[in-house]
Amino acid sequence: MTLQEIKEILSAQVIVAPRDFQMNIKMACGCDLMSDVLAFTKEESLLLTGLTNLQVIRTAEMANVKALVFVRGKEPDRETIALAMAKNMPILLTDLPMYEACGRLYRHGLPGCSETEEGSCS
Amino acid sequence: MPDEPLFEKSFNISGGDFVNAGEVASKVKKILQDLGVSNKVIRRATIAIYEAEMNVVWYARQGTLTLSVTPELLHIKVTDEGNGIEDIELAMREGYSTASEEIREKGFGAGMGLPNIKKNSDEFYIASVVGQGTVLDITILRQ
Repeated sequence: MTLQEIKEILSAQVIVAPRDFQMNIKMACGCDLMSDVLAFTKEESLLLTGLTNLQVIRTAEMANVKALVFVRGKEPDRETIALAMAKNMPILLTDLPMYEACGRLYRHGLPGCSETEEGSCS
Repeated sequence: MPDEPLFEKSFNISGGDFVNAGEVASKVKKILQDLGVSNKVIRRATIAIYEAEMNVVWYARQGTLTLSVTPELLHIKVTDEGNGIEDIELAMREGYSTASEEIREKGFGAGMGLPNIKKNSDEFYIASVVGQGTVLDITILRQ
C-alpha cells in the first residue's frame, strides 16, 4: 500500500511530507508504548501512535520505521516537527482514534508486523 | 590483532536532558552506516544504545557511552553516575519498572528497557552499586 493510499483511507493531512507519496508500506503497527515499538516492530513498518513527542521520532529513527501516523487529531509541537524533518520521517495526522485508524488500514489489506515475513524482528 | 578497534569514540549523556535524549544513539547509527556495518546489526545496536541512553537520561546524573567497532563485533560500554539498581534480577524482568509518571507519559517505563537491551545483544553484562551508578557492557557480533 502506498503512503498516498494510506493518506486517503485515513483522510489524513500531511504534517511532514515524504520524499515520495508512492513509497510502499508493507505492514503497520499501532502502539503508544515506545519500548514495545523498539521490542516488537519490524523495520520499514508504518507506526500509528497517539504520542506526539520527540521520543516518538527518535524511536521511529532507531526502529527504522518508514512513516508515522498521529491519531486522534493530536498535533505535534514545533520541535517534534523539526526533528522529523531533520530525520526525513514522514508524518500524517488523522482525526480518527487509534482503533478505527488501524481498522481501516487493516480492512484495506495492510497487514500487521507479526503477519509479515519480511523484515527482521529485533 | 583481529579485535583491534578500527573505530572508537566516547559520548557524554546528560541526565535529565529530555530534549537531546536519543542524540547519542542517532550519532552512533550514522557512524555505523558510514563504517559499512550491516543494517540488521545497526538496528540491534541502535535500539540497545537508545534504551541504554534513555535509562541514563531518566535515572542518572550523567553517563558515558563508549563505542568500539572491530571487524568482528561492536562493543558498547555505558557507565553512569546515578541511583544504581537495587535488584538487578528484578530489573531484568519484562514488565518490572520503577519509572515515574513523567517517563510513562513519554511512552517509556513499561519495564522493557533492560530486557530489550539484552535481547539485542550477543553478550550482555550489567553491574550496579546503589547510590553510585550502573555499568552496561554490550557486545554485538557483526556476523
